[in-house]
Amino acid sequence: MENSNAARTDNSGETLRQSECVLSLEDLKTHFITREGLVKAVDEVSYHLDRGETLGVVGESGCGKSVAALSILRLIPQPPGKIAGGKILFKGRNILSLAEREMQALRGNDISMIFQEPMTSLNPVLTIGQQISESIRLHMGYSRKDALDRAAEMLTLVKIPEPLRRLREYPHHLSGGMRQRVMIAMALSCEPLVLIADEPTTALDVTIQAQILELMVELKEKLGTAILMITHDLGVIAETARRVVVMYAGRVVEEAPVDMLFGDPRHPYTMGLLASVPRLDRSALAARPARLSEIKGIVPSLHELPKGCFFAPRCPHADARCHSGYPLWDQIRPGHKVACWYSRQIKGEA
Amino acid sequence: MSQHAPQEPQSQASGGTAEESARPLLEVTDLVKSFPLQKGLFSRRETLVKAVDGISLYIQPGETLGLVGESGCGKSTAGKSILRLIEPTSGSIRFEGSEITGLSRTEMRRYRQRMQIIFQDPYSSLNPRMTAEAIVGEPFVINGTSRGRERQQRVASLFERVGLRPDTMGKYPHEFSGGQRQRIGIARALASMPGLIICDEPVSALDVSIQAQVINLLMDLQAEYRMSYLFIAHDLAVVEHISDRIAVMYLGRIVELTDKRTLFTNPLHPYTEALLSAVPIPDPAAGRERRIILRGDVPSPIDPPPGCHFSTRCPEATGVCRVETPVLTERFGGHQVACHLR
Repeated sequence: MENSNAARTDNSGETLRQSECVLSLEDLKTHFITREGLVKAVDEVSYHLDRGETLGVVGESGCGKSVAALSILRLIPQPPGKIAGGKILFKGRNILSLAEREMQALRGNDISMIFQEPMTSLNPVLTIGQQISESIRLHMGYSRKDALDRAAEMLTLVKIPEPLRRLREYPHHLSGGMRQRVMIAMALSCEPLVLIADEPTTALDVTIQAQILELMVELKEKLGTAILMITHDLGVIAETARRVVVMYAGRVVEEAPVDMLFGDPRHPYTMGLLASVPRLDRSALAARPARLSEIKGIVPSLHELPKGCFFAPRCPHADARCHSGYPLWDQIRPGHKVACWYSRQIKGEA
Repeated sequence: MSQHAPQEPQSQASGGTAEESARPLLEVTDLVKSFPLQKGLFSRRETLVKAVDGISLYIQPGETLGLVGESGCGKSTAGKSILRLIEPTSGSIRFEGSEITGLSRTEMRRYRQRMQIIFQDPYSSLNPRMTAEAIVGEPFVINGTSRGRERQQRVASLFERVGLRPDTMGKYPHEFSGGQRQRIGIARALASMPGLIICDEPVSALDVSIQAQVINLLMDLQAEYRMSYLFIAHDLAVVEHISDRIAVMYLGRIVELTDKRTLFTNPLHPYTEALLSAVPIPDPAAGRERRIILRGDVPSPIDPPPGCHFSTRCPEATGVCRVETPVLTERFGGHQVACHLR
């Protein structure tokens, strides 16, 4: 156990790097200036996305998972926000140094995004056809007619019945699930390399969620799009992601292949999250439900983060060391790293 | 701990004993709530939307009945109608043996204390201009049960019981986190010593780690005070965890009702099956060949399909399903299903 310190590196799993990396964040810092002071919403976050893979980013509200995603598209309102440091590399090029015009060419074309609430991301006064064909014309230089044809094709791809009729309809004519399909059609219409999905099914009912997730997995296979799946739902992660990044209070605390994250989590926060979710496949079979295990306390305010490990005040294993210094990365195995001083000692079962 | 208890539980208000547990605390029969809907500007004809279309259920003292369904199925309307926060259109609601549907506002007040509700959104359900102490203590003011220092002490003990620090009593709702606000809502509901709490999506707005805290608190309080819960939620895993029996709603009707173990291991209604199989399981190792993906969306309650409401999405629907409404009937061991085919 003593030599575990020697194994600590700041390296993010070379072996997985063999596949082609399309997007990577390197020590990204996105800060906000608020009345209460500086908020480090995203602080030294690094993760990468390989071609055609799904990377899950999981964490609770305020952990910075969405802010990091918005930073990738440079959609952070400035001020009060500011990308204070780090790099975002898309196919090896740092997005942060692009001019706004180059950025516009990238958004929606190479990297596109879908959001939690499709109603607020669709323009209520434009028809579905107008909205989908707009980006096709813009990015692919299609004529109005060709763009509409392409839009109809995309609606067919996302399995919207009667696509030609839907093209003439307005967002309010569609159900929540249909709107999310339209968003996906729009996002994929220019065949982006990367699709950022920010809680894509959170606002949907469970039977509709199942439809949308199935569709996303199917389209990923078909089109080879890499997906950054941002969610708080561990079930969604387990069903879609190949690798997972866990965020807490603005930082990544654990990164692992999905089987390892669920099978051998090493960060006490990850363990706590996994244990606190009631499991449909377990609870009903127990005669009397066990108490759910809780993570004590609440997420710290980003204005007053603790001195050492941000999770220490809630961590059952924390000691003096955790309260004094932020833990270094520990590489457990290729592709699995943890920011915890005691990642080798604490073994949880989820 | 017991000196912090608000008061003795009163689930046997009418001097009942253990044998009385056979009599349900709440008995709802053929509850209907329809809302008028003006169709078009010039149309004289009023259309009725049946948000709740004749549901019947009962809850025993100390029991939790889960009510699940997707958005728009009428589960929240059902919960509010049972408390008469929304006036039901027809049907009978018996609480502790007495019919409450015809009661006047004044007569109703007596029952209001015994039937409480906790809402989903602890942000909008607490008055932002009242301190937490005033919010939790309000039932004592309304019912005139205690005043001054005594009231303050009772609020403080409620605070402790739900896991809030009594020295934060003077704060306003916005100064608390989401989970803490939900605790304030629970403390307030607890203040009037209810026999029944309707929990309307109480943890849906909370983060995963906080969700577990609130669920545990609700279960502990139930064990301590022997309250009954009608637990309304869309999250099947949460409902499964907390409930004794579960009713599944689809477009205003209960399609299946049974104890949770049976519902999970032997669901009879095709909708229940699909619903259970749609829940993502947080375990990549869990095999999932059995997923049933329903096609299409939930039809609009304004214009529900004839016959079985689920027939438009049911993978097994036949001719009779599209014409005749299946009645909720008991199969065995209290397992109720509304399906022609099962």
